[in-house]
Formats: sequence, structure tokens, C-alpha cells
Amino acid sequence: YPAPEAGICPAFFPEKIQRSDSAHLDALEAQSVYLIREAFHHFKNLCMPWSMGKDSNVLIWLSRKAFGGHIPYPLLHIDTTYEFPEMLAYRDWAVKYHQLDLIVKINEDARAGRGAYTERGPIGYDTADPVTVTHELKTAALQQVMAERQWSALITGIRRDEDPTRAKERYFSPRNKDFEWDYKDQPPEFWNQFTTSCAAGEHVRVQALLDWSERDIWLYIQREGIPIPHMYFARQGKDGKRYRFRSLGCWPITGAVESEADTIDGIIDELAHTKTSERAGRAQDHHERNAMQKLRAKGFM
Amino acid sequence: MSSVSSVSLSVEPGQSSRLRVVFVGHVDHGKSTLIGRIFFDTHSLPEGKVEQIQKACAEEGMEFEYAFLLDSLLEEQEQNITIDTTQIQFRTEKRPYVIIDAPGHKEFLKNMITGAASADAAVLLIAANEGVQEQSRRHGYLLSLLGIRQVVVAVNKMDLVGYSAEVFEKVCGEYRAFLKEIGVEARAFVPISARNGVNVARRGGDPAVGWYSGPSVLDMLDTFEPPAPLTELPLRLPIQDVYRFDDRRLLVGRIETGTLRVGDKLVFSPNDKTSEVASIENWSGPAQSKALAGESVAITLKEQIFVQRGHVASHEVDAPIETNRFRARLFWMGKRNLVVGQSTKLKLATQELEAEVVSIERLIDASTLEAGSGERGYIAKNDVAEVTIQTRGALVMDNQDRNPFMGRFVIVDERQVAGGGIVYGGVYADRKAIKSANVYWSEGNVLSKNRALRNGHRGAVLWLTGLSGSGKSTLSRALERELFNAGRQVYVLDGDNLRHGLNSNLGFSPEDRVENIRRVAEVAKLMADAGLIVITAFISPYRVDRRRAREIVLEGGHEFTEVFVEAPLEVCEQRDVKGLYQRARAGEIAEFTGISAPYEAPENPELVVQTHRQGVEESVVAVLEYLLPRIRTVTGDEISI
Ligand SMILES: Nc1nc2c(ncn2[C@@H]2O[C@H](COP(=O)(O)OP(=O)(O)O)[C@@H](O)[C@H]2O)c(=O)[nH]1
Repeated sequence: YPAPEAGICPAFFPEKIQRSDSAHLDALEAQSVYLIREAFHHFKNLCMPWSMGKDSNVLIWLSRKAFGGHIPYPLLHIDTTYEFPEMLAYRDWAVKYHQLDLIVKINEDARAGRGAYTERGPIGYDTADPVTVTHELKTAALQQVMAERQWSALITGIRRDEDPTRAKERYFSPRNKDFEWDYKDQPPEFWNQFTTSCAAGEHVRVQALLDWSERDIWLYIQREGIPIPHMYFARQGKDGKRYRFRSLGCWPITGAVESEADTIDGIIDELAHTKTSERAGRAQDHHERNAMQKLRAKGFM
Repeated sequence: MSSVSSVSLSVEPGQSSRLRVVFVGHVDHGKSTLIGRIFFDTHSLPEGKVEQIQKACAEEGMEFEYAFLLDSLLEEQEQNITIDTTQIQFRTEKRPYVIIDAPGHKEFLKNMITGAASADAAVLLIAANEGVQEQSRRHGYLLSLLGIRQVVVAVNKMDLVGYSAEVFEKVCGEYRAFLKEIGVEARAFVPISARNGVNVARRGGDPAVGWYSGPSVLDMLDTFEPPAPLTELPLRLPIQDVYRFDDRRLLVGRIETGTLRVGDKLVFSPNDKTSEVASIENWSGPAQSKALAGESVAITLKEQIFVQRGHVASHEVDAPIETNRFRARLFWMGKRNLVVGQSTKLKLATQELEAEVVSIERLIDASTLEAGSGERGYIAKNDVAEVTIQTRGALVMDNQDRNPFMGRFVIVDERQVAGGGIVYGGVYADRKAIKSANVYWSEGNVLSKNRALRNGHRGAVLWLTGLSGSGKSTLSRALERELFNAGRQVYVLDGDNLRHGLNSNLGFSPEDRVENIRRVAEVAKLMADAGLIVITAFISPYRVDRRRAREIVLEGGHEFTEVFVEAPLEVCEQRDVKGLYQRARAGEIAEFTGISAPYEAPENPELVVQTHRQGVEESVVAVLEYLLPRIRTVTGDEISI
């Protein structure tokens, strides 16, 4: 996947296209805005993790809708130090564009093999398997920053259709002190009444995009003209074939997929004809059976 | 760039009409299998899934299980049951569906509710070989409580009964009769074999079922309609929050029903302030002139009136009910019982109030529909009941049959949603008339019966009397511990906590003793007023003083129980815990009861405990057996407002 043209704006602004049949997007938007407002009301000390990916950018958009253009909480980027340079450029751009209060967190000790990691040595894709790296550089980093900041809620952008383990999520999903998700004994949730408080040290994940599908996300980005990174769109590779990213993670384990889609319409069309799962390009999911399940139970988003 | 216009055509029409379907029924009647089969037949599975499950089943040496397609969590596969509500999508030619798989185990009721509460339609499975079971009925009842009216009954495992029309008719007959009782009509009964794909996606599939000419399960689902936003109902906008991030003051919330226009005059219940809508804000687009049910909006008002979260905006005509006492049907999933009179938290739309069940009209066995009386005084896990609920402060609501969103509420226990209910039978009335009729439970006017209802007992005074060393302190502390552990409000008044403070200016002269006892009695009366069981432990040697104490407490309307703690003087003197008798005999203490001052034993005490004959345990039991039945609150009409 080639580098972007020099001097280009790090964000892609899709052409807004209104479709006549977007009532279901209205419903999804209304519910997400409702959830975000509920989160803000019940948890004054909250944060919105932001991966810079398409779902994350929809979350920013929905937050601004919810609060009349403002975002009354900080955003958090867990930087694994394996970010695509192009994405870092996008990050800097977005902070200015959306006026984000951005917190960047790196698990420095793990990367340097210091502190708790002195015995194990530096953690990275050259020294450890992808599941371990994901756990240490993402989940452990999140735990560290949560301990520092004492957030009692996180607004996340996970979707039910992403992975079977996510199908069982609640909108307001409590996590214990060790970030564990007790998916076998979850509190009931219905009629838009949620688990809106937690004990000290615990937190609640507010999953504002739970009902959205990958396709909904793209339709919405297109309808609203939400700026996103260019890497979702196909570019010509060295072998002459064209590639794009369906999901963006750490560069050593995120593969581009062959694709001709260089517009949102193209992506939507592609989705209609694919049967591979969205995260197929992500190596940590395939490393072992139930990898996602294990990561999620340990607190991964 | 959008030259690829042909591509847009691939966006299928009908996206808006996604239908949410819940699958319920007795455990093992085939819900997961049916869902797996539907996925399979509609080609909705990710590539490699079928092969993966095939391989897994082969490894275990078992037959292919469609249920495993759904139960992708490892634990579920191990236990062969479905653990939680799962939401997955599939599509027919007509439209996309979101499937909610609700498990059938009894203890999983809360998960079923979570799933079913958001469903537009339900498929209820009954295995032909086992027939109608407890959960078949229970789930049917809950569907009706949750307001789901589009129901198809799939009679499954027809292959196990040789596709017998007779067995099918028998199951249908029995279940149809049950549904009729709860006012639900199934849109169809379909004989199926989930495993063999008979009458699932397509009609037929086995010659043996040729006698059936009705629709398949998917045919039936395609006839259902997703709910339209309730724009025609009266306006209800429960206020979620009020923001002031810039110079605008934004009132935000979701319009649950009705239509809101700029210029509309709004009434905010419960304090009935009114104002006009100045604007409907839209951050990313042009300002709107109207907004419809289902939209999350931000509005500004012309007049700056006090509005806060929980207030409900409506138009002046067709305003909601405002009350603090109402009837409801309730289902309970809490780990702890919901006890009459116990204070809980109620949430209705964005309102959050303290509330209590004041009476249970009926406990309903959801599977037999037999009604028990509410005499038990509590609602246990998995119970369904008809109750009267009282809130602290005014609640804005509608009857469920008028407005589903404002006619349902949840009860929160230990941070979790533990129960849900629907409102019925509330009376709509002219607002002003209600105000003057004083229907509210005035906050300043909490009566002792209100307290009693919450505590589960009335206030009372247990007056222990007896010689020094007879065992009053020991008994009072034992009683206190016992009552406290049993969840009663209890407090001991004795020399330790009264002599040093309130009565520190009093000595042991006859006048001072009289005053001492008078004060003890007055304090005990106040505490009983506050709802406590007060135990006093004073020698109180004079009859007239004890009679006066009794009068004071009875004036307050509380139970007075005189307990004679009896032990012969010799025994007390022998015990002499504090060495007082010795000092009295030595003349160091003047006017010591039993030695140098008289003790007048009670003539007609309610109870006598002889501490030289019986142990503390025995005395405690005797006192409690006497007292508790007398102060228990009876549920029901004790409370009046
Ligand atoms: N013979 C037969 N067995 C079935 C049929 N449907 C389900 N089963 C079996 O019944 C058992 C329970 O099914 P499952 O779908 O897990 O039930 P659930 O508890 O309602 O989800 C499994 O062993 C299935 O293979 C059917 O149509 N015919």
C-alpha cells in the first residue's frame, strides 16, 4: 500500500449523498445520541476512546450532534507506537478540526522493557505474539490511563456485527476492577433503562454504536459527509493491483485487502458482495481459537 | 467521483423496515436450532462457518448441530445451552431481520426480557413431542406484558412425531386456549422441523407434512410490520438534560411520541410551567421547523423557565397523568425479593424517583395464570404481580395502552435494573383539579404509618423494669442485637446513654428519679414516633412513674410493653456486677433500690422474665414472640393519602 501523495489533506471528505430511504439511519442516530447524552448525564468523569478509524469518527460526529457542536469530555488515543504514519498525520489534523481535548497514551514501560516489564524485556511485534502485544500495548495501556484518570465510563464504538463475542453486549456494560466483562451474568437492559452507576474502581462501557452494521457506518459517513482517513480507499500497489484497508490497526499485523473501491459507494457495493468478516485483515484475531474472546474478557474493546 | 452511479442501486430498498424478532420457548424446544437453520437457508453465514461447525461436531463424534452456528462462544458449546441474548442479522427477499435469540432457562428470565423487550415480533417454539410446557406459557405471558402482539407459534420437532397432524392440532388447541386468556392471538401456528428445514424458510420439505398448506415461518415473518414511530399520539418529550455549552440554553431529549413544532406552546410536567419552542437546533444542518417521534432533539425556549431532567414536555391538551400512586403489572428479576413497603428506585423515561410497593393485589403464576393473593408481602424472582406503587413526589406517566413509552418503568435494585412494569388504570384529569384535590403525598407530612410501611413494623416501647443486677442491660442488648439482625429499627435507652447527657443534672433523690423516668418516657415516645422499637433499661422502681411512662407513650399512639425482669434480691446481690450492693450495704451509696429504697414490683406487667430461672435466649424469645406480631404492619389499605 503506497504512501499518500505529498501535501494532501490527511482527511478525506466524502461527497454528501442523501438517500431517500435513510429512515433507519435516523433511528440509529437518534438512539446513539440518546445513549451518549445518558452517559454524559450519569457519568461526569468519562472519556471517549478514539482509534481514528471509521467508527471512531462517527462517534465524534454523533457527540458533536448530541452537544450542539461541542464535545464535553476528553478523547483518548491509545498509541501502540505501531501506528501508520499517515494515521498520525490524520490524528493531528482531526484534533484541530474537531477541537478535540485529546489524551495520547503509550505503554512506555512495555515498549522499553522497564518497570513491570524489566524481566520480560521490551514488548513488540518483534518479540511477542500479536495477542500479547495487543493485550500489553492496548488493554494494559488503557488500564494504566484509567487508573491515572479515574474515569467511571468510556464511550466506545464497538458494534454487534463485528464479531460473535460482541453480539452479547449491552449498551451500558459494567466492567469490574480488573476490566473483566462478566458476559454470563449481565444486568438486564430494556426500555432504554441502563446500568447507570458503578462502584469505585469499576467502570461502565457505553457502547453507542452497538446496533450499527459496517454498512450503516458507511452509509452514515456518506450521508453526513464525515471526514475519515484516506486509507480506507483503494490505491495502486507495486504489483499493479489495487488495495485498501477495511479495518485499521497496528501496521505489522494489519493487511490491506485487494479492492477497487475508491469511493464510499464502491465500499458499500463491495460489502454487499463479500462474505469475509471485517476483521479478517487483523492478525491477532486468528492467532489462536477464541483469541477475541480471551482479549475481550481481559478488557480489550 | 460518484460516477459509479449504478453502484447506488445496490443499496437495497426497504432498509428502513428492519424487523426485530425474538425467539422464545421452553428450553431445548429448538430455538437455537431454528435460528441456525434460518441462517443456513438464507445464506446469511460468514464463509467457512458451516465447515467449522461441521468439523467441530465431527471431532466430538456428534451429528451436525445447527444450534452451534449461533452459539459461537466456546462455553456455550460446552454446555449446549444458549447463555444470553444474541442479536444477529439475516435477510429474506423482502427485508433484513435482526434476530434476538432468547434462552429458555428459567433463571435466564432477565436475558429473555432484555431481548424480548426490544422485539417487534416473536416466534414461540413448542416441541411437538413434549407439548406445551411451563415456559411455553410463561414466555407467552411475558410477551403480552411486553406488548408484543405479532406472534407466530412454531410447533417444532414434527419429525419426532412422524409429522402427525393430530399431534399438531392438539398442541395448537391447548396453546391457543392459553393465549386467548391473556388476550393474545397468534398470527399462525406452523408445524416445523428446524433440524430438517421443514416449513422453515420454504413451505413443505417432507412429503409427510403434505396435509399442511399454510405459510412457512419465514413467510409469516414477512407478513409482520415493524413499528412506525408514534407520531400521531400526543406529544411526549421527556427532558434528558439541559445544556449550556455556549450562549444557548439547550433542552435535550428524545421525542417518544407525537410531533413538535417551532412555536408550539409546551407544558412541562410536573410543575406545569409553560413556554414556547423558539428553535429546534441542528448542529450539522439547517435548523428544523418540526421534529417527530423517535428523534433525539435539542430545543430552545422563548421564556427562560425552570426545567430539569425528568420533566416531561407535552402540549396543553392531552397532557400526561401526574400522580404519586398508581396501579401496575410488574415482573421481577431481582436477586433479592421486592418487599412491600421497602424503599426502591423507580425509573420511568428520564425520571428517577424513590418508590415503594404499597400493596400487592395479585401474584400471578405466569404459567398457570392462577392468581394468588398478595398476602405474602413480597415479590420474588420470576414473579409477576399486580401492585399499587407509590412514589416520593409526583410521577409523570401515561397508561401503557395509551402511550407505551410513558406507561412503562423499571425498578432498580443494587445498581441493576431488577424489575419492569406497565401502568394501567390511571385516571386522566384536568390538571388544575388534581392540584387542588391534593393527591400528592406531601413530603413534609410523613406520617408514622408511612414510616411503619417502609420499616415493616410500627414504633413501640419495651419498658424493662427490675432490680439492679436483675439482668435488664443484658436482656436489652440481646434484644437489640436480635431485632437489628432481623432488619428492625431498634434502639436501647439506658443509664449509659441518658444519665451522662440529657439527664446529667439529675441525681437519685425521689424527685430526680421521677423526673428521670419522665424524660426517658418522653424521649422513648419521640423515638417510637420516628418508627423505632425503643427498649428502656432502667430500674424504675415506682409504680406511679411506670404508669406515667405508659400514659406518655400511649398518648403518642404506640405500643407500650412492660417487662418485669425478675430475680430475687439475694440473687442480684450475689451477682453484684458493679459492686454496688457491697457499697450500698457499707453505706457508701444512699437510697439504693432494694437496700435503702423500695422497689415496687409491677402488678400487671405484659411480661415477666425470671432471670434466675431462664437463660437470656429464652427471655429474648419470650419477649419477641409477644411483641413482633403486635407491631407488624399489615399491607394494603393501612396507608391513606
Ligand atoms: N429431531 C429434532 N431435533 C431437534 C429439532 N430442533 C432442535 N432439535 C434438537 O433439540 C435440541 C435442543 O435444541 P436447541 O436449538 O439447542 O434448543 P433451545 O434450547 O431452544 O435453543 C438439540 O439437540 C437439537 O438438535 C427438530 O426439528 N427435530
